[in-house]
Amino acid sequence: MSKYSRRRILRGMVNGTAVSVALPLLNCFLNTNGTALASGKPMPVRFGTWFWGLGATNAIFVPKKVGRDYDIPSQLAPVARIREHVNLFTNLMAFRDGEPNLCHHSGWVIGRAGVAPKAEGDKPGETIDITIAGQIGRTTRYRTLTATATGDFRNTVSYENANAPSPPEISPINFYSRLFGADFQDPNAPGFTPNPRAIARRSVLSGVMGEIKTLERTVGAEDRQRLDEYFSGLRHLEQQFDQQLTKPEQIAACHAPPAMKEEPRMGNEESLVAERHRMLTELMVMAVTCDQTRVFNMTYSDAQANTTQAGYEKPHHTTTHEERIDDQVHYQPHCAWFSARAIEAWASFVEAFTKVKEGDGTLLDNVLIYANTDHGEARIHSLDNMVAFTAGRAGGRIKTGLHIDAGRTSVTRVGFTAMRAMGLDVPSWGVRSNNTSQEFKEIVADVRSG
Amino acid sequence: MSRRVRKFALAATAATLVLAGAVLLGGQVFSSRPTARTAPPFGSEKRLRLLTQEQYLNTLRYVFGPDVQPVVNFAAVPRVDGLLGVGTSFAGITDAQLEIYQKTAATVAAQILSPESRGFLVPCKPAAEERPDDACAREFLSTVGRLLYRRPIDDTRIAELVQQAHQATLGLKSFYAGLEVVLEGLLLSPDTLLVVEQAEPDAEHPGRLRLDAYSLASRLSLFLWNAAPDDELLTAAQSGELQTPHGLARAVDRMLASPRFETGLRAFFDDMLALESTRTLAKDSVIYPEFTSQTAQDSREETLRTIVDHLLTRHGDYRDLFTTRRTFVSPALAAIYQIPAGPGWTPYEFPADSPRAGLLTQVSFLALHSHPGRSSATKRGKALRELLLCQDVPRPPPDVDFSAVENPDPNLHTARERVGVHLKNPTCAGCHRVTDPPGLALESFDGAGVYRAAENGSPLDTSGSLDGRPFQDTVGLAAALHDNPSLVSCLVRRAYDYAVGAPTTTRDRPVLRDLNKQFAADGYRVPELFRAIALSGPFAAIAPERARHKPSPAGVTVQAALSAGGTQPIVLAY
Repeated sequence: MSKYSRRRILRGMVNGTAVSVALPLLNCFLNTNGTALASGKPMPVRFGTWFWGLGATNAIFVPKKVGRDYDIPSQLAPVARIREHVNLFTNLMAFRDGEPNLCHHSGWVIGRAGVAPKAEGDKPGETIDITIAGQIGRTTRYRTLTATATGDFRNTVSYENANAPSPPEISPINFYSRLFGADFQDPNAPGFTPNPRAIARRSVLSGVMGEIKTLERTVGAEDRQRLDEYFSGLRHLEQQFDQQLTKPEQIAACHAPPAMKEEPRMGNEESLVAERHRMLTELMVMAVTCDQTRVFNMTYSDAQANTTQAGYEKPHHTTTHEERIDDQVHYQPHCAWFSARAIEAWASFVEAFTKVKEGDGTLLDNVLIYANTDHGEARIHSLDNMVAFTAGRAGGRIKTGLHIDAGRTSVTRVGFTAMRAMGLDVPSWGVRSNNTSQEFKEIVADVRSG
Repeated sequence: MSRRVRKFALAATAATLVLAGAVLLGGQVFSSRPTARTAPPFGSEKRLRLLTQEQYLNTLRYVFGPDVQPVVNFAAVPRVDGLLGVGTSFAGITDAQLEIYQKTAATVAAQILSPESRGFLVPCKPAAEERPDDACAREFLSTVGRLLYRRPIDDTRIAELVQQAHQATLGLKSFYAGLEVVLEGLLLSPDTLLVVEQAEPDAEHPGRLRLDAYSLASRLSLFLWNAAPDDELLTAAQSGELQTPHGLARAVDRMLASPRFETGLRAFFDDMLALESTRTLAKDSVIYPEFTSQTAQDSREETLRTIVDHLLTRHGDYRDLFTTRRTFVSPALAAIYQIPAGPGWTPYEFPADSPRAGLLTQVSFLALHSHPGRSSATKRGKALRELLLCQDVPRPPPDVDFSAVENPDPNLHTARERVGVHLKNPTCAGCHRVTDPPGLALESFDGAGVYRAAENGSPLDTSGSLDGRPFQDTVGLAAALHDNPSLVSCLVRRAYDYAVGAPTTTRDRPVLRDLNKQFAADGYRVPELFRAIALSGPFAAIAPERARHKPSPAGVTVQAALSAGGTQPIVLAY
């Protein structure tokens, strides 16, 4: 412990409204075992999702061994770098229950919302990130943050309801501005003065909220629900203004990154997607570090991925359908290349969370990330033999480093396990065959009893 | 209203030219015959629509002048019944979207109240800049509020706004800063960003409902201008004139004659042709080095310029859009068309022996409905069916053995040979028999839209048929499309959907039938079609609300059509 005792610094923080603390937040702001803030609040636990399209080439992806120290087939190679931080689930199913197999749609909808869609236009209801945000995301500046590396603002796998997709960030510059622009409150800034403009804005906002009430009297039930959504959004803004009037708790690892000046090039070519993914990931990680949000979503490639390889005429999706299975290796080589690039991006995403120190460990220790895809064997639009990952230990609630054979059970089990780890008191999740009350006990740490 | 504000608010309509008994429209004169409002059979339900990004920006441009153009990215709305405009009646609202609205409002308000702008955008000067001036605040807020809310703001709310400006001025020690915060609130208001239609009893048809005058003004203005109503239209609503047949006809003719109708026409076709996808259109730079992001952007503009020139300036037949050789080119497009071009946009007419004829052979269609690294006969055929003929092509069915369409044979040089494999599988053939023939004709153009006579050294066979009408090449395809009855009925349906912000249902059949007849009688002139829609009884009539559902993307599937006769023309159910 440094010469600055927790008590000494805390006294300074508590006794004035505009305190200047000219010290970096050191471990002294944590309790002695690094699992809670000095204020006594537990370290926040966060939830994230990651999505990639078109699954994996199972023949060179699925390890033969289950449990710890599983073998790493060639397409899984990047995961070797993060094996201790992740769990790999294979042999998962997305049950259609008689509904059509809506290619590139049913799989991810079941994985994120627990229900098999009936039609292509049948978007999911509330997705898992929104459900979990209802539990852990209500106190932060952003209830959720969503970004996609595809460059297409229509690509999102986060829905508040069937008609309300979460708009994803596609531009690193815009994302930077939203997170670290003029309204960013640096938790480590010396001193604090409430922004009088935020006070005025808050007052005006209450009048705007009153207008909703007037409109509600004139619309039918379905549109009243949309007005309720608008009202909820205004409440969210109100909360943001309130936060601007409150000195944030210090967070040692929070550093606004340097301002971005140049937008990455548009396009689906893999290196361009990877660069956008890297830039958006850096911003997302720092947003989580700075406690701007506790729920986040990142998309590497959309369902029916359109990622391309420079000089190769077919994008990923077309390749899955049209590339010949190589007689020597017995899989589609270009298709496997695309999947491998996605897995590389996943590994880099997870690694980014390990680079931030938090407490005795890293940010990843207090995060749980759920990664899924739209198909098992994309070549035949399969909904069985699907794979998924989790990453992070969720504040000690999740064990990692395991390969789990799901035994042809629903992908919703991964989501349900995540929900429980995030503290949701739900007995089950999913609809009909995708309904589950079975966590993957293998990864659940026995901390709740203790 | 302030002279300054009025100057901007009315500038856009200053060029209106209304002649007695006739309207000059794009250089063409068409009769503004009064159209009687017949008994409305049903009408549409009153809607709650989200103002689109373009509608928001167009409104700001009208109210505050062309310099107020914030960079914004509103959330995507679903495409319903082929239109984003209909999707706005279904789109939900998220916290993130409200954040976008708030940030946009803050940017716009800061610009309007900035020292550079306030002098000519605020109609009065406060007695002292650091103190409240309720009278000046009231003048500004009531004037601007009426235009943003698309109806007058009641006295109670105005008083509340003035009081908020007063308090904010005290807190921020600046009249303009205080006003800025309240203007932010107006720009963020659901009354600005949501179009909540209101109904009232229809005096002409007891027992029926109609849009109230302000809602009618908004519906008209969003349809014809893709923006909120102007001062004159709101005044017509306020006086009751808009609810009279003569007053409505006069308002519609004024709007059609306004230069702002061009904006509205562009918006409609941009939506119908799904041209917003050009924003994210990118090609493999190794395979198509000549195709840049500028090409994608210009391809959208080329198509919209062609549409405006043909339909508005030349007052042409809608069907001829698909055969015309007239277009406009930019340097980026000239590289694709392999023609010389000067700087900027220039008119260009492809020669009579050119394979390019009409919108199908423009870069926007060819490149948008292709893969990043190659063309796609199926994507192009599907787009033709869905966007232009209102037919629904189902997505590939599940459990298909795709090994049948893998491409192991290096002797298959052309797309025709490759997609021919689809036809050997009955599951695939159902749709591909309909999508691929027109798409294969367009194989004359590669994935970037560049003309080619051969693929991989093999000459292309571009012959085929469209709903029973044979053709030999792209020009023949264009002629077949021109004469396809679904081409015009699809436009009528889309335009009506777009106008009322709702998907067509079977109860709209009578009005669609009447509009189709009228469209034919008018020589397939689109401004006349828009006029007929705006003056039709159902446009302003309100039907009782019932359970809302999103329809399938189109009313008829190609599979259903095929089962009814294979190569027979596909006729829409309504």
